[in-house]
Amino acid sequence: MAFFLEVLIGGLMAGVMYSLVALGFVLIFKASGVFNFAQGAMVLFAALFFVGFIELGLSVWLALPLTVLVMVALAWAVERLVLRHLVNQEGIILFMATIGVSYFLDGFGQSIWGSNVRQLDIGLPTDPIFLMDGDILIQAFDLWAALVAGSLLVALVLFQRTSVGRALRAVADDHQAAQSVGIPLNTIWIIVWSIAGLVALVAGVMWGSKLGVQPAIVSLALKALPVLILGGFTSIPGAIIGGLIIGAGEKLAEIYIGPFFGGGIENWFAYVLALGFLLIRPQGLFGERIIERV
Amino acid sequence: MLYREAGQFKTSYPADQAIFTIKQDRWFFALLMLAAFVGIPLVATDYLYTALIIPFLCMALAALGLNILTGYCGQVSLGTGAFMGVGAVAAWNLAFRVPELNLLVVLVLAGLVAAAVGVIFGLPSLRIKGFYLAVATLAAQFFLPWLFTKVGWFTNHNSSGVITVPRMTLFGWEINTPMEKYLFALGVVTILALAAKNLVRSNPGRRWMAIRDMDIAAEIIGIRPIVAKLSAFAVSSFFIGIAGALYLFVYLGSAEPDGFNINLSFQALFMIIIGGLGSILGSFLGAFFILLVPIFLTRVPPLIGLDMSTAAIAHTEVMVFGALIVFFLIVEPHGLARLWQIAKEKLRIWPFPY
Amino acid sequence: MTATAKKLGDVMLRVENISLSFGGVKALTDISFDIREHEILAIIGPNGAGKSSMLNCINGFYHPQQGSITFRGQTRSRMKPHEAASQGIARTFQNIALFKGMSTLDNIMSGRMLKMHSGIIASAFYKGPAEREQIAHRAFCEKIIDFLEIEAIRKIPVGRLPYGLQKRVELGRALAAEPTLLLLDEPMAGMNLEEKQDMCRFILDVNDEFGTTICLIEHDMGVVMDISDRVVVLDYGRKIGDGPPDEVKHNQEVIDAYLGVQH
Repeated sequence: MAFFLEVLIGGLMAGVMYSLVALGFVLIFKASGVFNFAQGAMVLFAALFFVGFIELGLSVWLALPLTVLVMVALAWAVERLVLRHLVNQEGIILFMATIGVSYFLDGFGQSIWGSNVRQLDIGLPTDPIFLMDGDILIQAFDLWAALVAGSLLVALVLFQRTSVGRALRAVADDHQAAQSVGIPLNTIWIIVWSIAGLVALVAGVMWGSKLGVQPAIVSLALKALPVLILGGFTSIPGAIIGGLIIGAGEKLAEIYIGPFFGGGIENWFAYVLALGFLLIRPQGLFGERIIERV
Repeated sequence: MLYREAGQFKTSYPADQAIFTIKQDRWFFALLMLAAFVGIPLVATDYLYTALIIPFLCMALAALGLNILTGYCGQVSLGTGAFMGVGAVAAWNLAFRVPELNLLVVLVLAGLVAAAVGVIFGLPSLRIKGFYLAVATLAAQFFLPWLFTKVGWFTNHNSSGVITVPRMTLFGWEINTPMEKYLFALGVVTILALAAKNLVRSNPGRRWMAIRDMDIAAEIIGIRPIVAKLSAFAVSSFFIGIAGALYLFVYLGSAEPDGFNINLSFQALFMIIIGGLGSILGSFLGAFFILLVPIFLTRVPPLIGLDMSTAAIAHTEVMVFGALIVFFLIVEPHGLARLWQIAKEKLRIWPFPY
Repeated sequence: MTATAKKLGDVMLRVENISLSFGGVKALTDISFDIREHEILAIIGPNGAGKSSMLNCINGFYHPQQGSITFRGQTRSRMKPHEAASQGIARTFQNIALFKGMSTLDNIMSGRMLKMHSGIIASAFYKGPAEREQIAHRAFCEKIIDFLEIEAIRKIPVGRLPYGLQKRVELGRALAAEPTLLLLDEPMAGMNLEEKQDMCRFILDVNDEFGTTICLIEHDMGVVMDISDRVVVLDYGRKIGDGPPDEVKHNQEVIDAYLGVQH
């Protein structure tokens, strides 16, 4: 029983990490209808700059705002060079454009900072914590990650209530209508992508601290896709809950079902789970149904 | 001036519906075939075969298959690599376990296996669309290589998990040298490309394009979405499976199932975006273009005095791909194929500007 | 002005007590009427009256919660659109539902889809049975193209055509299926006088020459009075009139609905 709880909690913690990446996706999708495949690359990009600045000798308190500036500049560049020119295109074209952006960021980040694995230490405790009289082992770090994710969630939900948040929801609903009531589309997009960039930075710092900053982060970020399917592409709470389910499900499946298959299930379990969901409930647990009219 | 249709009247429907309706196009194609079957074997070096031409043929076929699914039928798939893997593993198993089988039969059977698998993983398309479907195909992309690695039977319980191609003979002709491999692949690809062109200009093609353009309207004129979508998956996977088999047999020689990974899927997707969605010619142009970039990046910088490490070249390659994708999507979403069409239209009125 | 001795056949389509709602919105309430063979029936009514919804029910796109539709003796209530198509019902749409990526000719050829049987293998070879079938059906489609006077635009992708021509191509696609019942949803919308006259001519010719039964939704009263044999009037999802054009024109309830008297 204790073992089960330990695996479960470990999985939930891993899931929180996925959620951090998924949050970025949801933000951009909610605000512009664009499925940003580059979110994973953005996580790596942010982490590379952050750890790069630190290695150059800057303190964490300087590196952080500088990286934020980098991410805002990135948002501006993406809007200017890519989004602006694809305003009326269908979603699938925008999606493929973000695949292009993803590849570009991947190569660009590594061109500047190289592809070695780098350790990132931001002072978060990494000691193990024992619960239930030493029967359950969890990492203190993971608790902090959960805390961070929780705070981010609260901040984002509150943000939605502000006027900027309202404007974002208007834009997500109908680009042209939003423009005609005076909402500046391009500025909104820069804001959204900057926020997504910040979320990516948070995710990047957390992932980087846990695993070291390395190119493999991008493929881990691909796991955020099943999270989105489960939680719904348009739901912020959904991203968190979806992440928890995927994280826990993966770990539990690996431990309890894995042996029957020779292990390694983790690689595809999340996707197959998402596939199942897609067949039964395409909009995920919390997403909106898409209704088509002729 | 050179490219005029004046005086060329099509007086029958068959003439109007031919693949090449203009005489100049027919001549051009004939010359191209001559160059491919005769010219290249005379001048190409082994390096050129193995580095560019043979992978080009394999990937062009894969791009063709993906174009049928994504370009003509509008179903996005990120599983191309995995389906190539299915074709490769199936072909290897057939060639290895039943050595008496004719090589062509092996390819066709491998294609059929891939088609069956494609239909299974294509079932979600009946309920979901767009990038949701893309995510579903990722399930195939991650599951299948795992399956081939885990289930030892697929690789004949080889401890390293690598499968190596046995000797290839076709009706007594032993296929050994790069040039022979090239000619074999060329033959297969030419026939399949012709079949693809026939498919897209007749009923199946129209069914697929109707689903792509407006599936609700397609249903109302009597097209059953389930038939159209699954047939697209089946035919597409057939082509991609054979492409994978060729990739293993004439290009790699030996591989592990893990090699048919998501990078291959993205490569194929990039090829059809840049080459032109919904275009047979585009699949070839895109494949050529994408394969040329790495060669270009390794050869050209030294020529202009720019010294780049292998890592830097690899990163630049990735950046260039990304930038090219965005560029083409913005500037010419219909890709190189459309640019080619525009060039032909300009040629018609040359030397006049309009 | 139109055929004086047009022989109207038996009832081809009978709609009985159809009620349709979307969540809390009642689109149609207890609608009943029938359409006789070779008839031209017009459905009119203010915006939001449920006219398009009625057509959508007939061709299987919406499924009414109550009531039944009997087409040529077969009663059904939950039918799929492609089943309606195979039974001989074709339609056009208010917001054009053409395949924008295909040419005019391809769009019209796609209307023949149910009559073409070449499979994948045959089509891949093309030469032989597949080509013969393509040619035969092409010949038929060319007759429709002649009839609608759109020869010049056959190879142009329909996405590039002006609105009026797109509507004509859509009519062509519907005709290509050789339907027994043709449903037209606002075929004259957005057209000028000349285009409307052409469209009227086409509709009348189709009814005359091929005997196709036509049910159309239309706002232009002049057109409705001129070409239809009978008119059904809907308002707020209810039927408030049913009869020959002259009779309906003088129906007080209909006049009130159009002029907006308080209910």
